[in-house]
Amino acid sequence: MTVAAEPTLSPASERLRGRLATSALSGRFEVVDRDLPTIEVGPEAWPALARFLRDDPECRFDLFLDLCGVDNLRRRSQKSRFEAVVHLHSLPRNEHVRVRVLLPDEKKPALPSVTDVYPAANWFEREAFDLYGFDFPGHPNLHRILCHDAFVGHALRKDYAPGQRWFFAEEDMRMPQWAREEVEADHFETQTISIGPSHPATHGIIHLVARLDGEKIIRAETMIGYLHRCFEKMSETHYWNQIIPYTDRLNYVSSMINGVGYVRTAEKMLGVEIPDRGQLVRTILSEFTRIMDHCVCIGANLVDIGALTNFTYLYQNRENIYDLLEACCGARLTVSYVRVGGLAIDVPDDFAPRCRSLLESIPPFLRDVEKLVNNNRIVRNRLQGTGIVTREQAIGWGMTGPMLRASGVAYDVRRSRPYDFYDRFDWDIPISNDGDNLARYLVRMEEMRQSLKIIRQALDMLPAKGPVNSDDWRVVLPPKDAVYHDMESLIYHFKLIMEGIRVPAGERYEWIEGANGELGFYAVSDGRGGPYRLKVRPPCFPNLAAFEQIVVGGTVSDAVATLGTLNVIAGELDR
Amino acid sequence: MTGKSQALPAYDPKPKTGGAADFFVTRLEAMVSWGRKNSLWPFPFATACCGIEFMSVAAPHYDIARFGSEVMRFSPRQADLLIVAGTVTDKMAPVLRKIYDQMPEPKWVISMGVCASSGGFYRAYHVSQGIDEIIPVDVYVPGCPPTPEELIYAIMQLQEKIASGEKSRDSRSAKLAAERVS
Repeated sequence: MTVAAEPTLSPASERLRGRLATSALSGRFEVVDRDLPTIEVGPEAWPALARFLRDDPECRFDLFLDLCGVDNLRRRSQKSRFEAVVHLHSLPRNEHVRVRVLLPDEKKPALPSVTDVYPAANWFEREAFDLYGFDFPGHPNLHRILCHDAFVGHALRKDYAPGQRWFFAEEDMRMPQWAREEVEADHFETQTISIGPSHPATHGIIHLVARLDGEKIIRAETMIGYLHRCFEKMSETHYWNQIIPYTDRLNYVSSMINGVGYVRTAEKMLGVEIPDRGQLVRTILSEFTRIMDHCVCIGANLVDIGALTNFTYLYQNRENIYDLLEACCGARLTVSYVRVGGLAIDVPDDFAPRCRSLLESIPPFLRDVEKLVNNNRIVRNRLQGTGIVTREQAIGWGMTGPMLRASGVAYDVRRSRPYDFYDRFDWDIPISNDGDNLARYLVRMEEMRQSLKIIRQALDMLPAKGPVNSDDWRVVLPPKDAVYHDMESLIYHFKLIMEGIRVPAGERYEWIEGANGELGFYAVSDGRGGPYRLKVRPPCFPNLAAFEQIVVGGTVSDAVATLGTLNVIAGELDR
Repeated sequence: MTGKSQALPAYDPKPKTGGAADFFVTRLEAMVSWGRKNSLWPFPFATACCGIEFMSVAAPHYDIARFGSEVMRFSPRQADLLIVAGTVTDKMAPVLRKIYDQMPEPKWVISMGVCASSGGFYRAYHVSQGIDEIIPVDVYVPGCPPTPEELIYAIMQLQEKIASGEKSRDSRSAKLAAERVS
């Protein structure tokens, strides 16, 4: 990779450079063209740059998407060993940008915290501290977040062995400083409680430490990492196609979407185009998966607040969709159906009729739930006006997906940057301006209907026959028949299995609309069979980061209702 | 066949065929284990993907109630079957041990899925390589995640084990596991 800025920049990068040159930062940054306009900057100029990018009327990058570390130990051609890569989005201008903060100090990599500019940076910085050992001076609560507290070393550094574990006992568990201190009781019911990590309302394993005044929460802190399964380290030790099963287990409630998001990243780096039929099958199954995800989110949320029946209605949809997925790929939950360059196998002959019958069977269940819930007094009392997130808060906390849309921002990746065929479908983005739990429930219900609408149109466009895979044999396995009878195909097959796909060196951030927000994959390749670095931008990570602030002032029962509508999936949260 | 109008035959206390009709003889243990095996109260320790499949087992389509174990308890003190569904990380391990210790005897453990059984394909720096590092296990269920049928089969296997009067855990392995944790 060249390090000097090329003389000819893309219009977007050129505009950005021109704009930045007017700021006080001129001379301290460099704009280069990658897949996104990329600003390279040193750590000391980073907070000023962040502030400029957020506030400048021509930039207005208001949505903090992601911050991740990269260790260039095995890519010595790079400018520095450690770098922090930040992705930002501008809602008014609908643009992404990447900032690469180069950290010259190899022994003590540090960059100033930008939590005062972007509140969403809080947990992302803690994560980089935990996994890479970056120091963030000015961070309010710089502790390990994913790995346990007795962990030694920084797991994602290239010189850390993937299997090196550390023993962790109960007494090593860190409680927040404020929870350990004796707070002078101003009320006889003031106490500190732990909700989780094993609690029916935490959906997976989340640990909320809350200080109560009677029933009211006056201070809270969320602790996560109880399901940190080392996805990113595992993906550095596997080939591109071998990572697909791991992606299924990120957001295991909507596994198909993760797979699609991941392989799109690799396909864009390779420049592989897949046939329309393959794309449409992906779209159809992704939308069904989105319905499945919303069904579980709503069903589980209603169970938490005492409405058990809806769960059984909504879960029946899931079972019916499972039948379709099982017919396609043999698995119910963790499908592993996509491959780089297409799909694992073609869909069954009765794919379209099966989908159409699902289109008929799903709406009655949704109607039943709406009849039971929408005007139910208990549900209304529990959801309406609780867990309120305003528009400004939602943007500041880096929320995306139904959370952001329920707070009045019509940001949907399928519309703002249409991929596959989304620009050809006729569908609406449901939004609400209330920002409370009920709004999120209603937005999700309507999104399911919109997904059905998309599926119906996609089925009309779906060619009855034709390939689902690219015919680029450097990427896709040749058909089995050809492998047995044709020398060249056999060689391709052997090379792909033994050496993996050779993705050209470079980096790429690809983002799609996951079931609960923008799901981004940032991949760095050094030209070998597997990714050099793969970072997921998990949509529920910033959502949960805000949880400890949303619940303050409400009651414990509101916190339970709110956690349900955040739709936190631990696999994706902790990775 | 039996409509609403049809009356049930009247109860006849006299034996019809010479044998005893009003009582039967058994061992107390056999009767107790018969009761236990048909009324397992599971604690769903659902951490990850397997938890979603566990929801399928509990939902009406597969209906775990047919096997008498639909009474989910989220307090370990009220449960006698611990179903560990999902990956257990090193950070979660002390929590799992504590929950197991809080369950009253007799208690059984089903390890659902390969992550709980062996760490699965997460051979990594933060994942327990099987929950038997921490607690004794009665039935292992392979699969990633196991299908609902597999979990139901595991419950049936456990029921057989209980009916046969086998002890809920090997005291030696429990002691070893406790030493390892403390």
